[in-house]
This record gives sequence, C-alpha cells and structure tokens, in this order.
Amino acid sequence: MTTTAAYQVSHLDALEAESIFVLREVVAEMERPVLLFSGGKDSIVMLWLAQKAFAPANIPFPVLHVDTGHNFPEVLAYRDQRVAELGLQLVVASVPEALASGLVRESADGMRNRIQTPVLLAAVEQHRFDALFGGARRDEEKARAKERVFSFRDEFGQWDPKNQRPELWSLYNGRHQPGESIRAFPLSNWTELDVWHYIARERIEAPSIYYAHEREVIERDGMLYAVNEFIRPRAGEERFKARVRYRTVGDASCTAAVRSDADTVAKVIEEVAATRITERGATRGDDRVSEAAMEDRKREGYF
Amino acid sequence: MTTETTAEVGAEAASARPMDLLRFATAGSVDDGKSTLIGRLLYDTRSLFADQLAAVEAVSAARGDEYTNLALLTDGLRAEREQGITIDVAYRYFATPRRKFIIADTPGHIQYTRNMVTGASTADLALILVDARKGLVEQSRRHAFLCSLLRVPHLVLCVNKMDLVDWSHEVYEKIADEFTAFAAKLDVPDLTVVPVSALHGDNIVSRSEKMPWYEGPSLLHHLERVHIASDRNLVDVRFPVQYVIRPQSTTVTDYRGYAGQVASGVLKPDDEVMVLPSGFTSRIAAVETADGPVPEAFPPMSVTVRLTDEIDISRGDMICRPNNAPAVAQDIEAMVCWMDETRPLQLGGRYVIKHTTRSARAIVRGLHYRLDINSLHRDESAGELKLNEIGRVRFRTMVPLLVDEYRRNRTTGGFVVIDETTNRTVGAGMIVEAG
Repeated sequence: MTTTAAYQVSHLDALEAESIFVLREVVAEMERPVLLFSGGKDSIVMLWLAQKAFAPANIPFPVLHVDTGHNFPEVLAYRDQRVAELGLQLVVASVPEALASGLVRESADGMRNRIQTPVLLAAVEQHRFDALFGGARRDEEKARAKERVFSFRDEFGQWDPKNQRPELWSLYNGRHQPGESIRAFPLSNWTELDVWHYIARERIEAPSIYYAHEREVIERDGMLYAVNEFIRPRAGEERFKARVRYRTVGDASCTAAVRSDADTVAKVIEEVAATRITERGATRGDDRVSEAAMEDRKREGYF
Repeated sequence: MTTETTAEVGAEAASARPMDLLRFATAGSVDDGKSTLIGRLLYDTRSLFADQLAAVEAVSAARGDEYTNLALLTDGLRAEREQGITIDVAYRYFATPRRKFIIADTPGHIQYTRNMVTGASTADLALILVDARKGLVEQSRRHAFLCSLLRVPHLVLCVNKMDLVDWSHEVYEKIADEFTAFAAKLDVPDLTVVPVSALHGDNIVSRSEKMPWYEGPSLLHHLERVHIASDRNLVDVRFPVQYVIRPQSTTVTDYRGYAGQVASGVLKPDDEVMVLPSGFTSRIAAVETADGPVPEAFPPMSVTVRLTDEIDISRGDMICRPNNAPAVAQDIEAMVCWMDETRPLQLGGRYVIKHTTRSARAIVRGLHYRLDINSLHRDESAGELKLNEIGRVRFRTMVPLLVDEYRRNRTTGGFVVIDETTNRTVGAGMIVEAG
C-alpha cells in the first residue's frame, strides 16, 4: 500500500481494492465462476488480483482459455507457466476442435474472432459456468463504456445493452436463472496506463511480445502484422524486419503489432502515456469492420 | 481544440507519482454542451485519441452535422447513434498528474432519473451544466435535488456558453445567485460555480482572459484540488464480511480470515470489536492483505481481518465496535427511487433487498408519499411508485439488516431492491431511519 497522506490511498490502490471486492463478491454469490485467461496483459493483471483476493488460500476457480488455434507461442508458454505456478485447473475451449466437429465454420476472411463466441458458449454450457471473469475495461471501446461490472447474459449468452441492470454503489446483482450467466469485469475502471503502472509496481511478468523486439512483418490496412503460419504476404505486400511490440494480445491472425523501442515496463508506460491512438484502434483488425463491430460481437456473447 | 498546456499535462501524467482518484457524475443535456465539455476535458488532458476523434469526425460528416459532434464520443450504442439520444450511463476516464478521474456521464432527459441516481451513487462530486442564455431550468433543479438525495459531497455548477452572452458578469451572477439560493434548501455541503465556454475552452483547463471579473479556479483546477479526503467516514467502524477465507491446504492450517472492503472507520490490530447480528465481541488479531499485515485499514481498502477468538462469522455479518454499532433492524424507512419500467412498486409488494453483503426478503409495508422532484411537493395519496419516481417507503425484512442512516454512511445506508421473479434490479433505497 502506498498511502499519499493520512488515510488516503493512491488511485492504483483504490482500483486494486475495488477489483478485489468484485472478485470476492462473485465467488461469494455465484456457483461456478471461471476466469477467462488469454495471456493478455489485462487477464494477467486479473489473475494477479485473484491471487491477492483469496490469499493465503488458492484461487477458488479454474481458468478458461479460448484457443483459436492462432496463438503466439510466447503467450501459450506464459499461460502454462502461470497455471503451473498457481496450481490452477485449466479448461481449454478449442476452436480447431470446434471446426473439426462442425460446431463452427471458418469465416471468409479467415479471422477467428467471431467464431470463437460459439466455442466459448459451448464450454460454458458444458461446464455449467455461471460467472465468467473477463479482463475488459471500459476505456477500451465505446460499447464497453456502458458495460456493467456485473453484466447479465441470457441463456444464449447474449448481452442486451438496452436492458442492463442498474448498478449502484458497490451493490452488484448476480441473480440469474439456470442457464443464464454473469460476466464480471473486475478491471472495468482501469485504463491501459493504469494496467501498465500496476504491472510495473507489482513487478508482474508479462509475455515477451509486449516488449519491443525484432520481427518480420508485413503492412496491411496501415497496420503491421507478423509474418507467421497464419498471416502470409499477399500479392504486392512486402515482408520486412521491424522493431515492434504488441499492445494487445488476441488471435494471432488479427492482432497487429506497433512500431516501438519500448523494451522495458518503464518505456512501455512512457509510450502508452504519449500515444495518440487507442490500443484497439492501433492493433485490432477485428474492431475495424464497422462502427458497431464490438457492440455486435458483445450482443452475440463475446467477452 | 488545442491549448498550450496540452503537451505539458500529458507528459506529466506519464510520471508514476501517486495520484488519488476522484469520481464525478455529469448531468445536463446535449443542448447544455455537456458532451462538448467532456470532450474538452478529455482532449485537453490528452485522454482523447486520434482514432476516436477521426471516427467521430467521419460519422459526423456522414450524418451531415455542421460541426464535429462530440456527443458521438459518449453515445456508444448503435441505437443511441441512430436516434441521437443517450440511453445509459457511460464511463469515461482521464488523468492529470494529481488525479485520476472517472466520469459517470448520465443522460439528462426527464425520463432518465434512474441513470442520474446510478451515476451519483458513487460520485465524490457532481457537475451540473446550464446554458448561460437559458439560466436555470427545471432540469437543473431536478439534478441538484438528486445530487442532494444521493449525498454527493461536492457540487459544481458550470454556467456554460458564456461566449454567447458576451462573457457577461451580470448574467453569471444572476444564475449563480439563483442556484445558490435553491441549493440552500437542499443538503448540499459544498457548492462551486464556474463560468465556462466548453467550446472555446475558457475556464476549463486554465483561467480565461475573457472573464477577468471571475476570480475562482478553472474547472480542471477545482477538480484536481477539491478536498475529498474528509468526505469519507473514518469514525464509525463498519466492516461488512464479504467472504470467509479458510485455506484447504497442508501448508497453511488453522487460518480463518474475514475478507471485505472497509465501509467506514479505521480498523487496527488489538481493537475491541463486536460482530453483528450475533453481538459477540472479540479483538482484532491482524489486518492483512496479500502483501502482508498492515497497521490499519480504512475505506476503500480491501483487507482480511483475523480475530483472536473463534466465533461463527459468515458473509453478511458486520464487524463494528461495541460502543458504535449500526442498527439491527427489520423495519426500514427509506427514500426509494424506482427503476423498473415494467412493474411499479406497490404496497404489499415482495422483493429482495441487497444491502452491503447481506440480502433479505422484504415486503413493502408503507408508502408514505411520492415526491414531485420538480416542486418537492409530497403526494400522500400515491399508491405506487412508477419508473423514475421517488417516494418514502417502509419495508419489513425477513431477517435483520445492519444499517445506518444514509446521510451518515453511504455504504451501510444504501440498498438495492431486486424483483425476485425477474431478478432485475428495480429500485434504489437510501435509509432514513431504522427501527
């Protein structure tokens, strides 16, 4: 705890206290919570907070990874390392398996962001999870700015933005019928900069791709994509080496890198503070489809 | 929209020096320039991004707006953009070197009392906008009343569009006087009035040269410096037990900790405490966080409290002091704001009340009056409360609640009403008295 004066806490401590409250509230009130873990910085911080919320006991719920099959190897390695360290149960909802079984079909553009939703919902149903912790933040995107901390989903996993439960004080209503569920967002009030300040303060290890490194890339729609088994240069696209880092970690086929020299947490904080583009705008092909891309995916049951 | 201070503000925000957190709610309609004001605050503190601005500009142009409509920044949902209205509370974030700010941006229309109440429930400060040309309107008074009902400790009236009244001191004074007189009738502990032009940035980040007669701070200066540390109740120890931590492990044995967020007061090791509703007393053995024991805990800290005695304590119990305890009550008198459009609150209605970490079934035993929030007239003949109506209600709960008056404690004095059949949150209550 860093207290700035008598009986005052810093903004990071206030955010941490609120997140821990939300984590405990869900575990106290819900039957089968699960934490959505992508290996992204937000889910890393969320897992860190979960560890703090229940210490010295273990984290009392499993983690769920929606594996699109388009992964950054560094992120998978990180996931497995954390799961082992914390003795967690890991549930993997696999998009490749869902493709094989015919649950979903590959979309025309090859992006798997949209088709991971039915895979997630199938895993939720199979394991009868009634509360899903997500690392979403309200500052990310404007549909998310109106999201509740406890977000109610019907039996189809759908979000109805016009019919949200009012949320007053710190009184969260998680009541639901069987089959319905709650998405809980402990990081609702954090910004990208808060997340990085916290990673620095707590000395949390993040996957290496968040820091500047040399990578072979192509430029597509004004964004830099790593050349890998999922993204191949198209006609007219030139591959070149660039010093880059990732600001978000998602499906490797639609997450772009940004040019950066920030190879330490301190430099990342400096860069994030000075940047003029939002993280999703800079790095996510999936949000560029339409003005309401995120809202539409959320309605369908996206995180 | 640029000012010379922009770069400086942003650069300093990058430093890791500890800042505190201020939550504020904004009220007013698009016509009052509320969205422009928020856009201005975000822009001038470098919290608005180029791609957000470009997206708004593109949509504005496509719709044929004559100017870049900053309202589009906060209108996040498709229906809102299509209909040009704001449906719901939107949360916005910005920071300066001194503070991180969370804005609960609430729509101002008459039918959205629900949203205003929601935004105000967690606010340290509320910002009400009026158009200098129009002066106070019914809506301004309604917003001021709701802020006082929700006990928002600080109120700021922004007299906006001063550029359109030739920066007139007289116009400003008249509005400020009228509002101050109205606020005196309410429970408003701290009021500040600032003349601004959100469009031109006057008195937003720095003092305006156009209004030399105004000697107060700029809006941002006030937001950065308004003293909020004393708003918290550090006197009455209230620790609602949220969760009992009992590790099932071979390395940690015999551990029993009561986890929760301090609602008010200061908890220290060796303090004598009482646990409600049982009434058993004990001492605090330790106050812990995952980072180790702490010498004391106060709001808003989330901690784990361990006691020297083994008492049966579970979620929903409250740790307090033997000589300073909340009421243990089943009859609750409260001001209730109704939030459900489908079914009104009715006498004899059965609900669930969620209060701190405790939930209880409850019956509406009395509806004393419905309050007209424009005239403050009390209608004692009212038989129900419909969406956005406010009234004084008596509940009888099946199990006791551990309550304080809302005016003394916003955490142990507030509750939500849940419809047991639909599971929807249908009302918000502020406890007036408990017996």
